[in-house]
Amino acid sequence: MSDERVPIRSYKRMKEIMTMYYGMAKMSEGTDQKIAWITSGGPVEILYAAGITPIYPENHAAMCGATKIADSLCAAAEERGFSRDLCSYARTDFGSIYTKNSPVPGGLPKPDLLVCCNNICDTVTKWYQELQRIFKVPLFFIDAPYQYGMEDGPEIIDYVKAQLEEMITGIGELFGKPIDPDKLNYTIDISEKAAALWREIQGMLAHKPAPMNSFDTFIHLAPIVTLRGTELCIEYYEQLRDEMKERIELGIASVPGEKYRLGWDNLAIWFKIKELSDKFAVGKAALVVSTYPESFCYQAPYRDENDKLRSLAATYIGGYINHGLDYRERDLLHMVEKFSLDGFVMHSNRSCRAYSFGQYELAKRLMQKHGIPSLMLEADMNDSRAWSDEQANTRIEAFLETLAARKN
Amino acid sequence: MSAAPCYAGIDVGSATAKAVLFGRDGSMLAHAIIPSGGQLSLSAELVLTKALEKAGLARDAVQTVVATGYGRDTVTWRTKSITEITCHARGAYFLSPHVRSVIDIGGQDSKAISLAQDGSVRKFEMNDKCAAGTGRFLEVMARTLGLSLEDFGPKALIADTPAKISSTCTVFAESEVISLLAQGETVERILAGLCAAITQRVHSLASRVGMAPEVMMTGGVAKNIGVVKRIEQAIGFTLTIPEEPQIIGALGAALYAKDMG
Repeated sequence: MSDERVPIRSYKRMKEIMTMYYGMAKMSEGTDQKIAWITSGGPVEILYAAGITPIYPENHAAMCGATKIADSLCAAAEERGFSRDLCSYARTDFGSIYTKNSPVPGGLPKPDLLVCCNNICDTVTKWYQELQRIFKVPLFFIDAPYQYGMEDGPEIIDYVKAQLEEMITGIGELFGKPIDPDKLNYTIDISEKAAALWREIQGMLAHKPAPMNSFDTFIHLAPIVTLRGTELCIEYYEQLRDEMKERIELGIASVPGEKYRLGWDNLAIWFKIKELSDKFAVGKAALVVSTYPESFCYQAPYRDENDKLRSLAATYIGGYINHGLDYRERDLLHMVEKFSLDGFVMHSNRSCRAYSFGQYELAKRLMQKHGIPSLMLEADMNDSRAWSDEQANTRIEAFLETLAARKN
Repeated sequence: MSAAPCYAGIDVGSATAKAVLFGRDGSMLAHAIIPSGGQLSLSAELVLTKALEKAGLARDAVQTVVATGYGRDTVTWRTKSITEITCHARGAYFLSPHVRSVIDIGGQDSKAISLAQDGSVRKFEMNDKCAAGTGRFLEVMARTLGLSLEDFGPKALIADTPAKISSTCTVFAESEVISLLAQGETVERILAGLCAAITQRVHSLASRVGMAPEVMMTGGVAKNIGVVKRIEQAIGFTLTIPEEPQIIGALGAALYAKDMG
């Protein structure tokens, strides 16, 4: 079998969509079209239903990382007094606001409002307060309490639902145009439909050999982050799903000669995505599942067709990183079984403490209870100053050597 | 072919390059250690030449070369490269099949390895991107105190209690040492404090992989009795120190070379 890797065709379409999305958002700056900046785990369905364009500073920061301009943007934020210990996404975006340097010419369009949900971390709370000080626009804040148990309590779902209701009323009052409940229900439906497609695509990576790998899913998750709640999002993932079906039928492997199947925990290392993809491929290791893209296809166990808003509240409480270690262990173990994993790569992400804090304990549990080895990769999603090629290479190679010895 | 073939393991580290030669019959023929300069591939060449001289062999006797260590990929004439994790485990297990844990403190990194019963690597941890907890840390401190590395360990053992070195960063610890000296702290207590600081770093790595006897310590720092004693206290096991702790990675590499034939 050829070692030549077959590129994913849909990538071109995704690039077009994302360019169009950012281009149109930028063009609407200063017009009647309202723009909101929102956290990646924020209830975007409400914005789409209100006809407001959502912009994701986190997605933008990841683009800056992948295009290797994040370091200079972080430095620009640090020059203005932000600590180097602050999340590198936050530093990247603050740096971009100050310098206007961005893959989007002129920088992100200015927001008319801000929406922050703390289901992904606590940093976003202070980050969005700072954005509020900079742009002097209203901030809607959704508190999604951290869940220590295995099941999310009904009172918590009610608590978040009440906040969503306040946000719906608040946005209606702010712009003098109430949000149409039917439109909101429809938006929630098509958002869930896109998430279901994304779930289906993730699930296809359980096939041996996997038709794409986690480094691809890191890239292809941009539409589910930014466009869930639009028809375009569904259209894109139908195309990607069909391409994956075709690759499975034709036996096209993301990593030709796939020998090891690994899981990835935490965000991508954006400035090294290609190098890491190549490095693992050379070692015949396919990363076939990751807790990170999986976070965007979360389906809350609680769903009620007659109360879609409550289902939405349950969804936004339910993400992987809004949960304690027992819950995370169960999720990881489920991935080990479903995707036939040989091990896990844990990106110990200097920027994302909410994600990284329990990794040593999780790695220990995976090894002791289930015999699954893990590799700790110390890095940062956007700040390449926290990266060392040689140290990472040695760790990765040694880990693959360990897996080879286990297989023998 | 001028002589019986031999198999070479070369460990190109940040501070030193090491070579070990094995004969076809499984006997170790020679080893050599030299300081590695800026040109890593040249150091590899030189250390191999030195080992061959000791063994009285010509270069063309070398059948297979396995390179390891941080400069392994600069050895363009290698047959294969294998990481120092795998090689240290192999070398240690070869010296004693009872070894279940390895603590290696080299010039640039430190690592803890847990071995399975068959000698394969079960789990490993390496230090983060920082020189604290490595041989380089001790070198810098010895220089600051005007001591040779050989005197470091024995002198550190003289102190009853260590001075407190609060900084774990090599750069800051250096200025902290100078300030302790200025305050009239004894050199012995400072040395003991530095050994305690390095032990603390290594102990956290060791705890993460879990230590089980027999524990072997490898790398240049294993020659520092002050650090060895402190690590033993911290982990609660006696350390096995090989006769030449610096060559264990190269030894493992040579064994892999011999496997390849």
